[in-house]
Amino acid sequence: MATKTVAGTTVDVNDEGFFTDPDQWNEAMAPELAAAEGIDELTDRHWTVLRFVRNEFAEKGTGPTVRVLGKTSGVSVKELYQLFPKGPAKIAARIAGIPKPRGCI
Amino acid sequence: MSHRIVILGAGTGGTLTANRLRRHYAPDAATITVVDQDDRHVYQPGLLFLPFGLTHAEDIVRPRARQLHDGIEYRQSAVDHVDVETARVHLADGSELAYDVLVVATGARLVPEETEGLVWGDDVATFYDLEQAVALERRLARLDEGELVVNVVDLPIKCPVAPLEFCFLADWYLTDRGVRDRVNITYVTPLDGAFTKPTASAALSSMLEEKGIRLVTEFNTGEVVAPADGESGRLVSYDEREVPFDLAVVIPLHGGATWVGRSEGLGDELDFVPTDPRTLQSQAAPNIFAIGDATNVPASKAGSVTHFEGEVLVGNVIRFLAGEELDAGYDGHANCFIETGFGKALLIDFNYETEPVGGHFPGRVGVPLLKESRLNHLGKLMFQWFYWHALLPGRDLPGIGPEMPTAGKHLSGG
Repeated sequence: MATKTVAGTTVDVNDEGFFTDPDQWNEAMAPELAAAEGIDELTDRHWTVLRFVRNEFAEKGTGPTVRVLGKTSGVSVKELYQLFPKGPAKIAARIAGIPKPRGCI
Repeated sequence: MSHRIVILGAGTGGTLTANRLRRHYAPDAATITVVDQDDRHVYQPGLLFLPFGLTHAEDIVRPRARQLHDGIEYRQSAVDHVDVETARVHLADGSELAYDVLVVATGARLVPEETEGLVWGDDVATFYDLEQAVALERRLARLDEGELVVNVVDLPIKCPVAPLEFCFLADWYLTDRGVRDRVNITYVTPLDGAFTKPTASAALSSMLEEKGIRLVTEFNTGEVVAPADGESGRLVSYDEREVPFDLAVVIPLHGGATWVGRSEGLGDELDFVPTDPRTLQSQAAPNIFAIGDATNVPASKAGSVTHFEGEVLVGNVIRFLAGEELDAGYDGHANCFIETGFGKALLIDFNYETEPVGGHFPGRVGVPLLKESRLNHLGKLMFQWFYWHALLPGRDLPGIGPEMPTAGKHLSGG
């Protein structure tokens, strides 16, 4: 397992950069994680999605897919792609410090 | 006391479950009622072959009721909803069915309406539905040049290998018609490769390449624009990439049955039923079980999965009604023939933990895995006989049990 340093703290990540222990994450880490994904500023809309993703993970043990996000987070799929252009489910999971969403079979 | 067992859905899962349970219980020990909204049981693997004229609608459809053993009551009605609290099914015809055990087997539903612009027509087609597959046969026969695009909008879908098989069969079909050099075939997928599992994905990617089929990955279709006024159609992704087409074969989004959404506490956001992946008991209530495409278990939505789940599920329904502990016996076993065209096919065999690898099935001597052969193609053709005469009646297939065999597989690290 790899580690990386975010906001001065060492955290465990897998080879794709996803947190393996969501408890090591805190909100202060999000801007730095977002910058690494090419997102310069986290708006309220970004935070709506990030908090939703954290809650979903806490409840269900996996992050939501884009389609489920679009149906349940209050942010449409179109807007999700504007907020997280390279793939909302994966990018939001990386910034929110949760493992890679299972979703696809 | 006689147990009241109600099974919603008379497709693969509902039929084999009903037949196995009927064989287990004496007539006065249980009443078994099966509900479906129509009397048309489609052998779904046949839908792949229809557009290429390799099978016909009348060869893959049989009456549902006739697949059920004597002593099983068949009710033809849509389901309005299930009241989980009071354990009653409310049918669309106004009647109610009380149950001691409910089995949800109503499968998956196509929801093209969730994708902007996705309307079936002359140049935007699918083979995931009987009528559309028949229409696609006529349309393909007129395809002499241009861009044929096969697109999976998003997972989960039924039979995740079928869209790839469609590409392989289209390559064969167009070659046969002498127009392959004038038709480009492009496979457009939301995944980062040809398939979900790494070893099989690599093998299938190189097959696409060998056959000159283009691969576009990580494409999340946001809109489908049909060809009009001499302009070609296009798929538009959410990140604003475009793939032009003259004929698009689209596998639309899937959801569970609509009645699941109307039943409080039963389904998830997509109307699939949250289900224990090992015991197949629903998370909604201990007396509700689910099988096949209707569940949210992390296995392929495929007939083989349903078949292997069936044995475990039936055992658990019997245990539940006897007040015994359930068996966590389903391991995610799936087994799929993949048609690769020109009379050949390959076979993959996998479960929750083990991805599809090479080797032989079911043991060291057997048919090859993850490798093209004529034998696998014959296996796929023969399977239809098996389906009607062994799988649906609920007979055990010799040598093929619910647990995935490992003897013939090339597994790394043991």
